[in-house]
Amino acid sequence: MSETEHKRTVVIPGETIVEGDNYLPGDGTEKQGKKIVAFRYGLAEESNKLVKVIPLSGVYQPRRGNIVIGKCNLITFNGWVIDIGTAENAFLPIMETPRFVSKDRLDEVMKIGDICVAQIFGMSGRGIDLTIKSRGLGRIDEGIVFKINSNKVPRVIGKEGSMIRIIRDYTNCDITVGQNGFIWIKGDKIEDELFAKRAILFITEKSFLDGLTERVEDWFKKNGGVKRENKKYEEKQEDNFEGERNDN
Amino acid sequence: MGGDEIEITPEVTAERIRKYLEQEKRFDGRKLDEFRDIIIEEDVSKKAEGSVRVKLGKTEVLVGIKMDVAAPYPDPPNKGNLMVTAEFLPLSSSRIELGPPKFDSIEVGRIIDRGIRESKLIDLEKLCIIEGEKVWTVFIDIYTINDDGNILDAAGIGAVAALKLAKIPKYDTEKKKVLYGEYEGKMPLRKMNPFAITVHKIGKHLILDPTREEEDVSETRITVGSSDGVIYSLQKGNSSYFSVEEIEESFKIVEKAWKELFKKVEAQLK
Amino acid sequence: MTTKDSNFKRPDGRKLDELREFEAKVGIIPNADGSAMYRSGDTIAIAAVYGPKKMHPQHSQNPEKGTLRCTYNMNSFSVSERIRPGPSRRSTEISKITEWALEPVLMLEKFPNMVVDIHINIIQADAGTRCAGINAAAMALAHAGIPMRDMVSSVSVGKLDKTIVVDLSKEEEDYEEGEGPTDIPISMTHSGNITHFQLDGKIEPKQLMEAIEMAKKACEKIYEVQKKALKDSINMEDTD
Repeated sequence: MSETEHKRTVVIPGETIVEGDNYLPGDGTEKQGKKIVAFRYGLAEESNKLVKVIPLSGVYQPRRGNIVIGKCNLITFNGWVIDIGTAENAFLPIMETPRFVSKDRLDEVMKIGDICVAQIFGMSGRGIDLTIKSRGLGRIDEGIVFKINSNKVPRVIGKEGSMIRIIRDYTNCDITVGQNGFIWIKGDKIEDELFAKRAILFITEKSFLDGLTERVEDWFKKNGGVKRENKKYEEKQEDNFEGERNDN
Repeated sequence: MGGDEIEITPEVTAERIRKYLEQEKRFDGRKLDEFRDIIIEEDVSKKAEGSVRVKLGKTEVLVGIKMDVAAPYPDPPNKGNLMVTAEFLPLSSSRIELGPPKFDSIEVGRIIDRGIRESKLIDLEKLCIIEGEKVWTVFIDIYTINDDGNILDAAGIGAVAALKLAKIPKYDTEKKKVLYGEYEGKMPLRKMNPFAITVHKIGKHLILDPTREEEDVSETRITVGSSDGVIYSLQKGNSSYFSVEEIEESFKIVEKAWKELFKKVEAQLK
Repeated sequence: MTTKDSNFKRPDGRKLDELREFEAKVGIIPNADGSAMYRSGDTIAIAAVYGPKKMHPQHSQNPEKGTLRCTYNMNSFSVSERIRPGPSRRSTEISKITEWALEPVLMLEKFPNMVVDIHINIIQADAGTRCAGINAAAMALAHAGIPMRDMVSSVSVGKLDKTIVVDLSKEEEDYEEGEGPTDIPISMTHSGNITHFQLDGKIEPKQLMEAIEMAKKACEKIYEVQKKALKDSINMEDTD
């Protein structure tokens, strides 16, 4: 993030953000003559002459490498069709499981209606291809699964996972955040799971504010959270996290 | 936003809801027989003879009363008519398909109708204009605005509240026209509050006022229309079963809840 | 103001170019991806947007661009004489008009095979319901994060006998003097392009052009209300 971070303002579609020769249109904007015009509702941000709109709402855009959480809708002869909330279904081929699965035992790995954590390893004309080969991926056995707006996911994860770490420290839960907005929380006690969910919903409400990490720590302290220093949970998602677009 | 199917409460969360209930707890911290916060706004639609907005937590319904003059049924010829309709608007939930009324909205309309009709909350005889020729028809129309579970009970609260606010338009007997906007008198009501209260069964537990997630997990339900300990209408819905003991316990739960609901609604209606 | 009679008295005392009291708010329906309310005088419309999402049935999907679907519905008790619940020919027509009014600004090519559903509901009706519905729907679309080139604002201008006025009330729609009322609902983008235009009554082209000019100015005011509602819904200061 550049030193000269400009104050973020809310813009609506069709609104001119800046006018001038040197500006470049980034995400959510279009160049019209000398004007950079927003086509999304969100926070306009300019840095090093690149102007973009950080959306506060809107549909998930799948990208290669994304961790996603989806539901199995169909089992074919060579894999599972997974709904991850995009127009096309995603497909998990039988070769992309960690252990060998014979073709007549597909439903032992995952049945229709089961939910899983997967990673997008390919996007072609045919659709989205998933894998569950890495650690931390696979069928979800228990816990709470709920959805937030996919645009708020970067704030829930935080810079290099900093926000997620705070939630884990205060709730002792395993938390997996799908880039498509679905979140899986698993803890020893249901109270902990619900505490983590409330924290995440708090973050989504304040997602556009600065200094969010401090606010969340304050929120935890105000709500009776106790920071646990001994990390008994596995750091299994760190290397798979996407980089952040916002700082704290 | 995408993936309609995945939005129906996933089985993992359903498991958690059941597990939590075993400890007599719910996700939002409520007791099993506790209603969410109720907010009633009056006169939300000026051209209605009476109208309310009811918010039960995040669930929101609009209920409006309209009146018109028509011929009575031949039996009896001196009573006004009642018609209750419910519309599940597509704007209230991503799950609603477009098209003619599905079972849910028809069921809500009929259950609320029976509760109001059988309790005789409305003194229909006072709605007779000319015996055998002209009587008032009371239309109660229910619209869902946001569905976060328990539309039925919210609709019932709305119907009773809207009736309490309703006024009767003037009727020009010569021109045989209703003069909407000009009123004479209030809706003739008996002193009672026939709320519909639905008890849901999840595993071995009976709960009231489920959120959307909880309603998805509900195995069976029983709606009781009652006022001050007297039951006027009853309907069991969904498959699965209640034991006789569970039915008896449901009646106790409803009686207790009715008293609290009565207090909350009275407070809201000034 | 080049209308025929600038001494014309409107039934509610408004100036010729004066809008009724307005109010706008977004985020009123938690389940929806985007939602808004728009009020003009005694007309109240709410709108909810769901999408973009997968389109069913699959054979209806358009691989080149997304589809927009719109429903418009008036509550039975929104008017004096009860409307039977359910779709009518009028509501079906207005649904289509609304779709056409909004589609030009939506960047549907960004989500092929998907559908955006807009649902409009009229809670209270006192003329100008389709315009209030379009105003609410435009805000709801932006609120839902749908990529849009511009906002759309809608107003009903009218001619009462020989005078052009803005934002007809129900009383004015029933105006009986002289040439009677001419009802002209218009929707425009903020950059001034017309996406919806209807007329019922009697008017000459020259005066119609004046009406369009008045509509343009009125839409600018409505745009400011819509913009403010969208911006106000994000409180940049911490409210804890």
